[in-house]
Amino acid sequence: MTEPKSPPAREVWITGIGIVSSLGEGLDAHWDALNAKKIHVDDKRFAPYIVHPLAPVTFDAQIPKKGDQRQMEAWQRIGTYAAGLALDSAGVKGNKEILGRMDMIVAAGGGERDLAVDLAIMTADAKGNSSPGFLNERLMNDLRPTLFLAQLSNLLAGNIAIVHGVCGTSRTFMGEEAASIDAARIALARIESGQSEIALVGAAHNGERSDLLVLYEFGDFNLKEKYAPVWQREGTSGFALGSAGCFLVLESREHAEARGAKPYAKLTKVVADLAQRKQPGAVTKSLEALWPKLGVAGDSGNLITGATGAEPVTSEEKAFLRQHPGFAVRATGTMFGHTLETQFPLGLALAALSLSRGALFPPNDPSGFEVEKADHPDQIVVVGAGHWQGEGMALVEAVK
Amino acid sequence: MSAPSDKFGRPIVVVTGMGVVTSLGAGKEDNWRKLTAGESGIRTVTRFPIEGLKSTMAGTVDFVTVDPVTSTGLTERLAEMATEEALAQAAIGAKADFPGPLFLAVAPVEVEWPQRLELGRAIGKTEFGYDDMLRVSGGGRFAAYHHRFMFGSVASHLAEAFGTKGSPISLSTACASGATAIQLGVEAIRRGEADAALCVGTDGSVNPEALVRFSLLSALSTQNDPPQAASKPFSKNRDGFVMAEGAGAMVLESYESAIGRGAKILGVVAGCGELTDSFHRTRSSPDGKPIIGCMRKTLADAGLAPEQIDHINAHGTSTPENDKMEYNTTAVVFGEHLPKIPVSSNKSMVGHTISAAGAVEAVFSLLTLEHQRIPPTINYEIPDPAILFDVVGNKARDAKVTAVMSNSFGFGGQNASLILTREPV
Repeated sequence: MTEPKSPPAREVWITGIGIVSSLGEGLDAHWDALNAKKIHVDDKRFAPYIVHPLAPVTFDAQIPKKGDQRQMEAWQRIGTYAAGLALDSAGVKGNKEILGRMDMIVAAGGGERDLAVDLAIMTADAKGNSSPGFLNERLMNDLRPTLFLAQLSNLLAGNIAIVHGVCGTSRTFMGEEAASIDAARIALARIESGQSEIALVGAAHNGERSDLLVLYEFGDFNLKEKYAPVWQREGTSGFALGSAGCFLVLESREHAEARGAKPYAKLTKVVADLAQRKQPGAVTKSLEALWPKLGVAGDSGNLITGATGAEPVTSEEKAFLRQHPGFAVRATGTMFGHTLETQFPLGLALAALSLSRGALFPPNDPSGFEVEKADHPDQIVVVGAGHWQGEGMALVEAVK
Repeated sequence: MSAPSDKFGRPIVVVTGMGVVTSLGAGKEDNWRKLTAGESGIRTVTRFPIEGLKSTMAGTVDFVTVDPVTSTGLTERLAEMATEEALAQAAIGAKADFPGPLFLAVAPVEVEWPQRLELGRAIGKTEFGYDDMLRVSGGGRFAAYHHRFMFGSVASHLAEAFGTKGSPISLSTACASGATAIQLGVEAIRRGEADAALCVGTDGSVNPEALVRFSLLSALSTQNDPPQAASKPFSKNRDGFVMAEGAGAMVLESYESAIGRGAKILGVVAGCGELTDSFHRTRSSPDGKPIIGCMRKTLADAGLAPEQIDHINAHGTSTPENDKMEYNTTAVVFGEHLPKIPVSSNKSMVGHTISAAGAVEAVFSLLTLEHQRIPPTINYEIPDPAILFDVVGNKARDAKVTAVMSNSFGFGGQNASLILTREPV
């Protein structure tokens, strides 16, 4: 119960990683796909929009009850699945004692709408058929009663609690890309300070949704017509939505050692900002201001970014990256598409995976901005700058 | 133990500013006067047609309007009003320069019906699909709707308006959200990360689809006439909650910082606790263990024994299940001391302000401590014989109150409790 005001920060390890995405599921599949420079896009289903669809997944493997699967929309199934992979990877799956006191912070958006119901109401309205109670009547009669629960942001965490028994605490952060930066930041701060021992942190995103395309089209953020890697979208800026779920188990070193858990890496620092983007260059300045807070050693290293491909933020981030030319950059948006809340945990996961495999995965960038990096990494910086707001960074380090 | 620390050596977290808006009115004064007079803010909805709805009343905040009409816009405005009041009272920092982070409890955001229908009409056809919608969505015509319907939009607006520091956190733990926002602020101050935090819960989401969604889950009262009598926590004939709007804001500060700048201390957040229920998406575990554990964790966090709690500001939604479960679990935690604890539910008057409820009720709990007067649970005409709380029924009660437990329980197994005191414990 004691939390002295300024205790020495405890070391926090990443002891579990779960990823499912357009490239497959699990660490080996992702490592192989990244090394093979695999990219999986679908430019037909939502043409002219491009998405990175989820690879085929047998949800039964992590969500055994069909009844549970039916209660969820795709984003919740993806997230509950990835959370299960992370718990397996940490060796705590089914460990009721640990799961019963495990803290959870999920970064979430919301679930898919019933497109058919929406369209029927909209077309009736466009025909002038809408009496005062029309909307109410259609919604009352046509919405599936439990659809709300599949849409509610905090019900991804709720489903993870039900399916996997993670039930210490449960918090859901919202707010697009920044939500997961803050989720990692708060989970880290709580463990460092002794407010928590072990936490499940992550997010999930279903990018194969017409209603999301409409929302991002309002701001002209969608990549159209032709796929291009993130650093080659100057003429056609935008992001290709991606489906992915990614969860991490974070744990105090003491807690991990006591149960004999092996770390993939340690999470040393997470910092975040809300730049006032009305001013041009604000993102570059914000990232520059965050950089010295990370404690990066030297002027060369490795960096994984969730750069979206949308403008002006991608160019502003690139201007920042150009000030650190010694860092080999990898943009996850090229391979995974833009997975919103999931992009930052994905960056952390790939950093930890790379550190544990002793190498940064190869560049996947015909523009040449990403370069080969042969040496064995000790540190990897993870950067996230949201498509419209929110900036953050993390330092992931090898455990020595 | 040094003076600014609690018995566990952590910085004591105090409240130096509060603001509130509900269907009863804007501000602490108006709300407190009406709350203690037993007035209801629940009325028949007039903001949109109610034909075809099973529940036609709500605690809407009709004296605040926003243009364009969106629930998210109203949610933002309510938060702004409550925050302005809290900051004026705290007199902390400078204008648009709050010296700490923002933790915002807010409902999930999505494109709303008026805007969706506007988009449909813009297509210019009477038969269309999502392809047609997508064709007219871009090009800047609806650019404002992108920002409006981002989940982080309310928090970013508040962060800019009030100059909070760092990345603002928007959170949802369903009906426990307001309490979670306060808990995050308490934790940040206890870690020594911040001397002050702005914690806000806000909800302006009474719209047709929100009412339909809760209706389809059979969660709402359908006793529409008279609307003021619909919310009847702990009554035998209760049949559901009444949706409502509102916002509560709190400036939290370390005791050291508040004393250092000579701020008036309004109360102490002595303890916070949460425990997840993994039983079901909308129902509590029948054994009540997660709720019992949540209350016990909160008592332990405050370092208080059950006998030291002298009032419970109940979650008290007026749903058949919640009120019964809340009684059963509270009885286990407080045992033979329970009959000595007056219990009341503000929701009988303001309705269930969902994402805001934990924050709104924390403000009311502190006002209870300040005035040594407990607001009533109105509509308490037919007590449920299975709920043996000492309900403060229908009339406010003067009482010696030193420590209040405020409970919040939500869909998704979310349980959170707070303990608020007048003085450091």
